[in-house]
Amino acid sequence: MRSDASLHGDTVRDGTEILIGFARTLAAAGLRVGPERTATFLSAVDALHASDSREVYWAGRVTMAAEPDDLPVYDAVFAAYFSGRTRLPRRPAARTLTSVAMVMPATDDAPSQGGDEDSGETPPVRAKASAQETLRQRDLARLTAEERAQLVAMLALLRPGLPTRRSRRPTPSSTGPLDRRRTIRAMLASGGEPGRPAHHRAGRRARRVVLLIDVSGSMAPYADALLRFAHVLVRHRPVSTEVFTIGTRLSRVTRALAQRDPDVALADAAEVIPDFSGGTRLGEVLKAFNDRWGQRGTAHGAVVVVFSDGWERGSVELLAEQTARLRRLARSVVWVNPHKGREGYLPVQSGIVAALPNVDHFVAGHSLAALEEMLEVIRDA
Amino acid sequence: MGHSGPVSAFSDPEALADALRATGYLPDAGISTAAYLASALGRPLFLEGEAGVGKTSLATALAEIRGSELIRLQCYEGIDAAQALYDWDFPRQVLHLRAVEAVSGSASSAAADLAAVEAELYSERFLISRPILAALRTPGAVLLIDEIDRADDEFEAFLLEVLSEFAVTIPELGRIVAETPPLVVLTSNRTREVHDALKRRCLYHWVEHPSLEREVAILRSRLPEITASLARQVAQAVGRLREVDLLKPPGVSESLDWARALLALGRDSLDPEIAAITLGSVLKYKEDTDRVRATGLEAILAS
Repeated sequence: MRSDASLHGDTVRDGTEILIGFARTLAAAGLRVGPERTATFLSAVDALHASDSREVYWAGRVTMAAEPDDLPVYDAVFAAYFSGRTRLPRRPAARTLTSVAMVMPATDDAPSQGGDEDSGETPPVRAKASAQETLRQRDLARLTAEERAQLVAMLALLRPGLPTRRSRRPTPSSTGPLDRRRTIRAMLASGGEPGRPAHHRAGRRARRVVLLIDVSGSMAPYADALLRFAHVLVRHRPVSTEVFTIGTRLSRVTRALAQRDPDVALADAAEVIPDFSGGTRLGEVLKAFNDRWGQRGTAHGAVVVVFSDGWERGSVELLAEQTARLRRLARSVVWVNPHKGREGYLPVQSGIVAALPNVDHFVAGHSLAALEEMLEVIRDA
Repeated sequence: MGHSGPVSAFSDPEALADALRATGYLPDAGISTAAYLASALGRPLFLEGEAGVGKTSLATALAEIRGSELIRLQCYEGIDAAQALYDWDFPRQVLHLRAVEAVSGSASSAAADLAAVEAELYSERFLISRPILAALRTPGAVLLIDEIDRADDEFEAFLLEVLSEFAVTIPELGRIVAETPPLVVLTSNRTREVHDALKRRCLYHWVEHPSLEREVAILRSRLPEITASLARQVAQAVGRLREVDLLKPPGVSESLDWARALLALGRDSLDPEIAAITLGSVLKYKEDTDRVRATGLEAILAS
């Protein structure tokens, strides 16, 4: 065994470049392979004294694949790379990993952008306004300019109660489990005389809230009010709130909305959003969110609120798959559909049908009152 | 790699596979390679897969061939360091304080002894080792961190710290480093995503349902009294059930349960009639049972 040690060493030195090339190819195909995983892979090959391709296969698979979805990609890349084929398989939408604000190619079947969003939808039922109905109950899409100004003032007064989570650090409390450390310390201070036992409770910390606001054509009447609503939330909890707009692409508007003046904040946000009143590609945009933000921690343990009517231009299967993924990442998923507040609404749009099984709460969000109710849902989510 | 844990005694994955087989656990090539690399590289092994494919029993088998203890940490929402790492034995600390006071008698001398008494209170005597600390201090131990997906993500950050250093710091005692790092097996049922940082630290293996041949072998090795034909019938039927779109596809533990149920009823072959009666040992949701009954048991049992 020792006799061929030098020979073996040579093979490994020559092989290292090939192996690193393999790791890079996997990264290009969309696997999360960085220097650390590559190094582990090399030491795994070394530990196995890998001489045949099956051993290299397993060494690579256990060190560089990280989830079941990676396995088909891994198998395909392995087969292609080590058989010397040049055309390598690519993960369908791996390109969305490179940049968040990437333009999604418009589909051929999409007619002109804009008004066509409503074409498949029955015209909104005009609500019968009774004398008692307050502005709070009015549909945000049908406000007059004067009412809109009033609503802005009311939104600014909103004091949202937002969700919390248990913190690992307990806080002193008058009841609850014994705080041994503090009790002992008090006893020691009094020379070992038992005093009043101290108690503590699990502390509470703000739970992250992620808002995904659909700004496509069919949601345009609500976009302004929803962004203002998001502004109130961001101002209230700057650290634990994230806001993205979705449509044909994903844009992060948290930073713009963090400014004090709502009008400045909205104007800045509008500059970041390139796809206002465009089409909807919910599945792809949600995938971009999951890949780029959600998976990395933004959605972990968070309450994710999607404001959308569920009109989907892209693939419904992708939307179903990505909402399922979102739900696994997040603490809970709340879907807010302004149209749900309308009389006779049925969740029959293909997008909603696909997303609903993966949604924890499905609520309306068409009026200020509905938004306030929604806040209660978020708080308890 | 310089690690000399007991399992490194195995020269290659095949030798480890043989040892696993001797304990009654039948590994496939992926599992034995992953387990071999975990001990050779000193990395934790991260196992994901459907419930009941044998993730936990792999850890048990690994402990058995190492001839060491399996230390198990079951995760749940809200688990924290006091349940995972260590805690102080409060009642005994208080007793000790009272005893010290009774012996010294007067309160005047207590002030002088304060530092000594405090140091004594936070000494090894009053430390309760929870699973992770116990594993760090038991040479050659296998630490099973079960269902990590149930714990909060803050707990993952904490685990990452422990698993990359194999050491913990107790403020009152100092740093405790594992002499020989334990073999760590983490399992997840994938109810949520685990942070990539933690996965990067580990070797990842997705445990599949076993092939028909392997499942027959598992049934026969676990239940020596089963006939070859019944084992094949059960494995085949369970394999078909996995292809139906069920809420909870049956795992290996379910096929074992089913075979045990049939043996307990004194059957040596599986027919639709007895299958209908014993279906509850394989399918755990009413919706699944209804669906399979609607498809027809004959189709599932046809050989």
